[in-house]
Amino acid sequence: MDFLTLMDYLIRGLSLGSIYAIIALGYTMVYGIAKMLNFAHGDVIMVGAYICFFTMNRVGAMFDPETQALAAAVAPALAGVLLSMVVCTVLGVVIEGLAYKPLRQAPSLAVLITAIGVSYFLQNAAQLLWTSSPKYFSPIVGSGQVQAGPLTISHVILVTIVACVVIMLALTFFTNKTKMGKAMRAVSEDKGAAQLMGINVNRTISMTFAIGSALAAIAGVLLCSAYPTLTPTTGSMPGIKAFTAAVFGGIGSIPGALLGGLLLGIIEIFASAYISTQLSTAVVFGVLIVILLVKPAGLLGKTVREKV
Amino acid sequence: MAMLTVEDLNVYYGAIHAIKNVSFYVDEGEIVTLIGANGAGKTTTLQTISGLLRSRTGSIIFQGKNISNTHPHLLVGQGLAQVPEGRRVFLQMSVEENLEMGAFTQPSSGVDRDLEMVYAQFPRLKERRRQVAGTLSGGEQQMLAMGRALMSHPKLLMLDEPSMGLAPILVEQIFDIIRDLNKQGSTILLVEQNAQMALSVAHRGYVLETGKVVTTGTGAELLKDEAVKKAYLGG
Repeated sequence: MDFLTLMDYLIRGLSLGSIYAIIALGYTMVYGIAKMLNFAHGDVIMVGAYICFFTMNRVGAMFDPETQALAAAVAPALAGVLLSMVVCTVLGVVIEGLAYKPLRQAPSLAVLITAIGVSYFLQNAAQLLWTSSPKYFSPIVGSGQVQAGPLTISHVILVTIVACVVIMLALTFFTNKTKMGKAMRAVSEDKGAAQLMGINVNRTISMTFAIGSALAAIAGVLLCSAYPTLTPTTGSMPGIKAFTAAVFGGIGSIPGALLGGLLLGIIEIFASAYISTQLSTAVVFGVLIVILLVKPAGLLGKTVREKV
Repeated sequence: MAMLTVEDLNVYYGAIHAIKNVSFYVDEGEIVTLIGANGAGKTTTLQTISGLLRSRTGSIIFQGKNISNTHPHLLVGQGLAQVPEGRRVFLQMSVEENLEMGAFTQPSSGVDRDLEMVYAQFPRLKERRRQVAGTLSGGEQQMLAMGRALMSHPKLLMLDEPSMGLAPILVEQIFDIIRDLNKQGSTILLVEQNAQMALSVAHRGYVLETGKVVTTGTGAELLKDEAVKKAYLGG
């Protein structure tokens, strides 16, 4: 194997890993705050992708690519991303309020089954609304490429990696520097004590779902820009892999989601390049099993010790 | 009018009747203590006042307003702060972040001034302001929990077992601080298993046994009471 090909695979892995990381953030933040696994998260991605797809088609038709080249390139993508973020944010908050909030005191198994139910509901609703025939998603940033020395990198890959970096920086700032972000950390550590500080726990949980779902919309758009076939089940496999990434990095940890996502993406691309495309997913989950045997809390998972 | 009046309070855990017709009051400027053995219902009473637990019947009047079964996060802004049993500081957050959480309901403009106030009361916390709370000793965590509660400018400060798990020298220190806070104007409701210490700082006390108030009196009276001596003061 030559160095250039290796670098190319690495960049592709980072790009795929960035998408996993953005999705994994949603899983890990919700788990950290509400101590539940939101298995419907992957399907929110799919909804986001559909919303973006239809918005881009509608808005794209309003401009003439000959005379308004810039507007025709920028406006549909921008409108698509923003609208899908808005719709997914609302969807996430509504799902939490209708399906999970009434189960706050219920056993975690009931919540888990509800989440799976919501997942199937979203997939079937999408099938009813948009049929199961695949839509061909055109990348939000076109199909251009940049030349970086000897390497050729597509715009989609570049935008995906940049988006992941920006999101991570923004989230780190939010959770460490803002009052609401600190309150979220307080709730994730001790709900009762957080309430005694005057923090509204229910509102904090909705807020977490809102942020996670907005990120899912971005992930959906990026995912379909890289893998353009969009169907009602598009979100389920990346959802499960991103969940794996979250566990891999240490569920509940934001840096863990980034690390887990990136590693998973890189492992998957290398496995399909050097081992076998059919086996790549098996390799990904194999690595997860080994990591969990050695480090059950995940790579950056914390085992909290209490001092008395 | 009393600052806090609890009347005929009844609390259940499922079918278990944990608090039975408990009544007591706290006047402004007082230290009032609830003492009793493990399981007597002291913590349950505090948690019901702060809204973490729901009462079935009875009333809790705070500053003339019935606050029974109000969500806990709404009570902080009304001037009620609780330092929970076991301190429950946010172990993965820094000392200063913990204090900032205590000021969650306060306008952000006053937070820096209030931090200085708490640091003046607890110089130890100032030294460790950037440290993660999980690295503090038990006594320091208790100070942090108290400082955190003070950040909300409470009218009534409820302390749940502040001496629990601390070395005797630290227990003395914590009770000195309680006395200090009271002198500076805080009204305090103190729940303690360490009856000796609690009664020596309290103006008045109530003795709880299996969910009922069995005796009440001034701190000095209860310290001399034969039954109390026998049960809680080691003879």
